[in-house]
Amino acid sequence: MRRFSVCVSAGLLLCAGMLSAQGAGTPAKARATAPEIPFEIVPNYFKLPDGLYMGEAVGVATNSKGHVFVYTRSGETRLFEFDQAGKFVKELAQGTYGVSFAHAVRVDKYDNVWAVDEGSNVIMKFNPDGKLLMVLGKRPDPLEQLAIIPGGGQYSGANKPYSFHRQTDVAWDPQDNIFVADGYGDSRVVKYDKTGRFVKSVGTRGNGTLQFSTPHAIAVDAKGLVYVADRGNSRIIVLDNDLNQKAVYDNVGAPWAVCISEGPHQYLYSSNSFPTGNNFDLAATTGEIYKMELDGTVLGRFGKAGHGPKEFSSVHQMDCRNPNELFLAEITEWRATKVVLRPQSRTNN
Amino acid sequence: MKTSTTLMRGCLAAAAAALAVGASLAAQSVAQLNYDANPDFLTLPAGTYLGEVAGVATNSRGQVFVYTRTGHAVATLGDERTFYHGGSRLLQFDQNGRFAKEIGQGVYGINFAQQVRVDPQDNVWIVDAGSNQVIKFDADGRFQLVLGRKPENIPVRPGPGMPASGGLPPAGAAPAEGGRGGGGGRGGGTPGAGINGDTFNRPSDVAWDRAGNIYVADGFGTNNRIAKFTKEGNFLKTWGQTGSGQGQFNGIRGLVSDAAGNLYVADAGNKRIQVFDGEGQFKSEIRNIGTPQALCISGGGTPYLYSSNSNDSESMENGEIYKIQLNGTVVGRFGKAGKMPKDFGMVNSIDCRTETDLIVGEVWNWRAQKVTVRRQ
Repeated sequence: MRRFSVCVSAGLLLCAGMLSAQGAGTPAKARATAPEIPFEIVPNYFKLPDGLYMGEAVGVATNSKGHVFVYTRSGETRLFEFDQAGKFVKELAQGTYGVSFAHAVRVDKYDNVWAVDEGSNVIMKFNPDGKLLMVLGKRPDPLEQLAIIPGGGQYSGANKPYSFHRQTDVAWDPQDNIFVADGYGDSRVVKYDKTGRFVKSVGTRGNGTLQFSTPHAIAVDAKGLVYVADRGNSRIIVLDNDLNQKAVYDNVGAPWAVCISEGPHQYLYSSNSFPTGNNFDLAATTGEIYKMELDGTVLGRFGKAGHGPKEFSSVHQMDCRNPNELFLAEITEWRATKVVLRPQSRTNN
Repeated sequence: MKTSTTLMRGCLAAAAAALAVGASLAAQSVAQLNYDANPDFLTLPAGTYLGEVAGVATNSRGQVFVYTRTGHAVATLGDERTFYHGGSRLLQFDQNGRFAKEIGQGVYGINFAQQVRVDPQDNVWIVDAGSNQVIKFDADGRFQLVLGRKPENIPVRPGPGMPASGGLPPAGAAPAEGGRGGGGGRGGGTPGAGINGDTFNRPSDVAWDRAGNIYVADGFGTNNRIAKFTKEGNFLKTWGQTGSGQGQFNGIRGLVSDAAGNLYVADAGNKRIQVFDGEGQFKSEIRNIGTPQALCISGGGTPYLYSSNSNDSESMENGEIYKIQLNGTVVGRFGKAGKMPKDFGMVNSIDCRTETDLIVGEVWNWRAQKVTVRRQ
């Protein structure tokens, strides 16, 4: 649902300043006295190929052969070359680092084309073939500018029926009711019927009954019980189908990911993932995944934190449709992994 | 035969000039090395351009890799998670400088190119100071390993009616565990410093020892440390802090290792190269080479250390590259800051497979030049 993208450059920030920088609109002193000069305009002089459009034409210049260069703020800023009849010849500077928000174009006596860009704060010199010969100025460091772009997303507790706030996961019961873990911005579980109609919402931020600190994953078993990975409180909270709290499992670390296998005997898996805070001191005590009975009895564990083979680097989600074949998605190593568990021995409790 | 007055005036002028160059006075006495440079070594298809060349490196087959800041760094609006897209490209060229292919198109951590290095196994490593990550590709461009984590969203400066992201949660609330990313994502504060891990803050370079252990220069943000990892990418140790003493740094711009596993750290703000063993034990320092930025150790019989005294973006001073023996003795220097062919504009990377054949990447001039340095 990406609505709109914008280049992180000075261009974004200049709009406000531009207006005040323009002329004040006062009448010229010579307006009343200067004789009027007759003139024509050449209609449709510039002919662009289909699919190419002129935007704000902020710069125009000709070279010694009569070719015309137009530096324009289109969807992206572009530099077009036309011949002496106004026919499109080519585009210059496409994709260069400095083409951001056009301001002017000039042609020197050698027919080199100079593009002045007020977004990237550079002036680029191209030879007539479009080869970059020189750069003046330096594009601003984007990280210096990132600090003034909006984008937060923190806990608000808004608790609205049909709006989420960085929701984290979804699950369904056998009747197809929908359960949403919501999430970072709210700390709650929301139930909808299978048509998407709001039924109920429970939870606020905290560590008490029916409170959550980043409910990060959610799973529902065949009986309709709801298992919420209350990651920030290092516990799994079990809710009944009406979202009343039934049990707490607090012996498997911080559950980043939970899943419940299919079949007549369902198992609950929970990952005490290596946190993404980049602190390797925590690698010694995190990273493992637990296999549990639905009642919370721990059957075993596997894995440890790390980047290497057979190590888990911040498991963020798990699939366990088959209880002995899991798929893991990891954050701090860019990979998804298939894990095959060897059949459990009875003594491995 | 000049008159004494003219001579006097000449001497005064020379003295004034010497005073004017000030700190680089010592550098003036260093032997000038002759060199040639080809600014058109790399050729690109029509419509493709290099931007700021942050990194250039060759592999054992002579193929050239360029990590360049080009295209727009884009942030998403109308979104709960405003984050950083694009902004750089990793390009591969053949031995003759002809464009071959692009690696890592659309990769999450390719945002603000800082360096590219090729390890002895021809894996290609990039250092990105936007995502704060070090990313390893194999020789065929397949992703292998990532260190560090990109901030989940862009840090927010509080505006009217808008709380800063990474700010404190509401009073009485439990601390947020969710989505704490590298720098700035959540949790607030300065990332990295003092954390035993891979929270980098504008990392600048990467190197390896013979065992394959990974060393990351971290960096020109606030961390001022070297972090050491196993070849699998698991944290081993870290050393360094902000300062000017031994083992302290003030903006690390480059890092390179020699065959014995010694590490040469471009401690730019302190205008020196510090040398450590692989455990972080300080061994020596090299001075009188200006502000070191790009470092490289040549292959071949006698290895040499090259170090650039790169100009900053507001001056056309300095810019020369030093050729240095590994014991710290400066052999000579060549080049100057500028925008013409053969000039150097903010050199951020040097590749030196041999003592005489270099490829020099420039931030200012959006190019990489093939440089041939004459032996004395």
